[in-house]
Amino acid sequence: MDMNQYLEIFIDESKEHLQEMNQILLDLEKQPDNLELLDAIFRIAHTIKGMAGTMGYTRITNLTHKMESVMHEIRSGDVDVKEEIVDILFECFDALEEYVENLIMTGEEGTLDTDNLIKKLSLVLEGESVEEIEEEISDSKSAPSKEVVKSKHEFTIKMDDMLKSVVNKAMISDVNIFLIDVILDEKCMLKAARSFIVFNKLDDLGEIIASDPEAELIEDEKFDFNFQLLYFTKLDAKTLYNEIMNVSEINEVIIEAVEEKYNVESDEKVETIKSDDKSSEAIKTNKKALRKNQASKTVRVDIGRLDNLMNLVSELIIIKTRLEDEGFQKQKNSNEMHETIEYLERITTSLHDAVMKVRMVPVERTFNRFPRMVRDLSKELGKGINLIMSGEDTEVDRTVIDEIGDPLIHLIRNSLDHGIESIEDRIANGKPEEGTVNLRAYPDGNTVVIEVEDDGKGIDSERIKAKAISNGLLSREEAENLSKKEAINLLFGAGFSTVDVVTDLSGRGVGLDVVKSKIESLNGTVEVDSTIGEGSKFTIRLPLTLAIIQALMIELNKEKYAIPLNNIKEISTIESENISMIQDQEVVLYRKKTLPLIRLGHVLDVEDYEKKTGEMLVVIIKKGDQEAGVIVDKLVGQQEIVIKSLGKFLKGINVIAGATILGNGGVALIIDSNQLF
Amino acid sequence: MAEVKEYVVFKIAKEFYGIDIKYVENIEKPQLITRVPYAENYIKGVINLRGNVIPVVDVRKRFLLESKEITNDSRIIVISYEGDRIGLIVDSSSEVVQFESDVIEKAPKIGDSVKDDFVKEVGKEENRIVMLLDIKKILNINEQENA
Repeated sequence: MDMNQYLEIFIDESKEHLQEMNQILLDLEKQPDNLELLDAIFRIAHTIKGMAGTMGYTRITNLTHKMESVMHEIRSGDVDVKEEIVDILFECFDALEEYVENLIMTGEEGTLDTDNLIKKLSLVLEGESVEEIEEEISDSKSAPSKEVVKSKHEFTIKMDDMLKSVVNKAMISDVNIFLIDVILDEKCMLKAARSFIVFNKLDDLGEIIASDPEAELIEDEKFDFNFQLLYFTKLDAKTLYNEIMNVSEINEVIIEAVEEKYNVESDEKVETIKSDDKSSEAIKTNKKALRKNQASKTVRVDIGRLDNLMNLVSELIIIKTRLEDEGFQKQKNSNEMHETIEYLERITTSLHDAVMKVRMVPVERTFNRFPRMVRDLSKELGKGINLIMSGEDTEVDRTVIDEIGDPLIHLIRNSLDHGIESIEDRIANGKPEEGTVNLRAYPDGNTVVIEVEDDGKGIDSERIKAKAISNGLLSREEAENLSKKEAINLLFGAGFSTVDVVTDLSGRGVGLDVVKSKIESLNGTVEVDSTIGEGSKFTIRLPLTLAIIQALMIELNKEKYAIPLNNIKEISTIESENISMIQDQEVVLYRKKTLPLIRLGHVLDVEDYEKKTGEMLVVIIKKGDQEAGVIVDKLVGQQEIVIKSLGKFLKGINVIAGATILGNGGVALIIDSNQLF
Repeated sequence: MAEVKEYVVFKIAKEFYGIDIKYVENIEKPQLITRVPYAENYIKGVINLRGNVIPVVDVRKRFLLESKEITNDSRIIVISYEGDRIGLIVDSSSEVVQFESDVIEKAPKIGDSVKDDFVKEVGKEENRIVMLLDIKKILNINEQENA
């Protein structure tokens, strides 16, 4: 059978399960006695085992099987949850993740050797401490592994809660419960027919409760050469075996009785009996199940199709704008035309919003790898660090999500490594022993804000100034004129990513220029604020989407340009006589601040552009805390524009962020106002 | 049987040039071109080609000739190379010719650095010579910038 079509589903689903497992393991570390968490890990391991089994990934199956057994033992109270065990489970998690990674890259699970891990798990079952385990593994490599759980035949039927309760009930009555694996002869031509006969026969003799694959799939011949059944019957195993073997073209039948195999059931059984006084808990579980059902009402869509849809919507918006232009020019008096266009406008706007929403994903996707990272790093660094995340459900465009991970890792690492002090220092400074890193996300108008804040030692702006001067980035006077905040933000300059800064400035600034350029390539901004002794806060601001933006259209002579609206603070006029010169730079006093002026026509080398005098139009743009006035000839108006790339041949052109198509079919360039500073 | 190759032929000044037809996507009439500041001087600007923004090269400038006003005869030959599209502004273009491989010869060195660089082969017809362009040389704008 061709497994490729299922590979993607397998990868997607295992990724989801692993993410969940990661979270649960972290929780488990904090509350080792929480049985619910153990159950959850058991469930996930089991699900992955089942899926991997069907796909034929034996290594994953073996490992998850062992994990399952360990969880089983722990739940039954035979083994305590110790830190070592959680560590081993984390190792298992890493191994599983690597298998899935391999699947993504090569389509095969790879050859990562987890025998040691499995051995460790086995030994955990015997209640040995990790040291002993390590020893045993090192000195008994040749010795046969102590199998605690007998290698049973692998059954992949998913035991969901429903099935479990059915099994529970059956256990009380006097039927036998069997797991049956029917293996057909490989030469068998009509697999569906053979299995149908087996099904029929078994139906007469008892009751088939569940099958893997499901009955419909078996009917459609969508299985290899074996299928598994959960079966209730009054017959004993031997008779059953003979009955099934009587059907021709059956290679082998493996029958295993279910007696106490699922301890969960017995636990749960107790709970259901006691449910009178624990009714609230029962309701809770019910609700959980309900929520699960709702969550599964989704469709997986290839991102390429979404991109295509987005492009089509973009085209529609271009045409709409064009219609607007034409309609207003030619039919000024026609009310009907006016209304129709307005209606069209409303529809395209909602359509655009809807498509945007489809492309939005919660930042959770990026965030949920951080708790693990913080856990590992804080262990490594010997610091107690608490990561508090909020706003994980804030949604951002998919393209942004994929890009934001690395810069965030960078910032968090920085905070852990250099921001938070050692435990001794913290105690000495009268701070709580455990450092805190806050990771927040929240929407703010048309942007999304992500903050990384620590309560560490903060950044010394004076030392940064000194460093900037010694690096030749600033003159002494310039440095003196810098505000504290401006000084700290020098960290993002490329000159600060040198190695010797690491020791000097406690490492802050390592690669922060990389973080900055990444964020800016997403049309976002990043800033840092810090108080010595109290901590630092990095604030990242990102646009919700990258494809369609609101822009101000301006004219320079006959050329039209677009300036993204979220970079514009306000629009004003100034008189040329108020302009003064500071160090070859035209400035004007505006709202009691000196505003540097940029003559865009000259910057862009517009043909025959003359220096204007008299009253001038100024678009005030902002970049973080900085502001500048851009002198333009004419304002055309605000417009929704679709960003088009200039393509490979014109990549990296200064000051130009891209192009957009105008209503008249012409092209206008989009100004990257951040590069004007 | 000699292999037959097809070329789109265009005219710059009084000379004929050919581009392997496999690179040519279509030929457009002149349209509004938006200047791009900071681009190489032979980039005339960008045009809107049915919803896509593509750069156009002024082939005259690329050949270090004087630029010429765009006329009704001017054409933009849109070529596609490794998924990227680019337009070439030429004085005129109206035909496709076939050359059998035995009438294609290596271009003689003529000491004209530009032509030596772009023209690798020539195709001979009864009463004219078509210079066959090395498309990579014309398009590898980035490589030249990086060098």
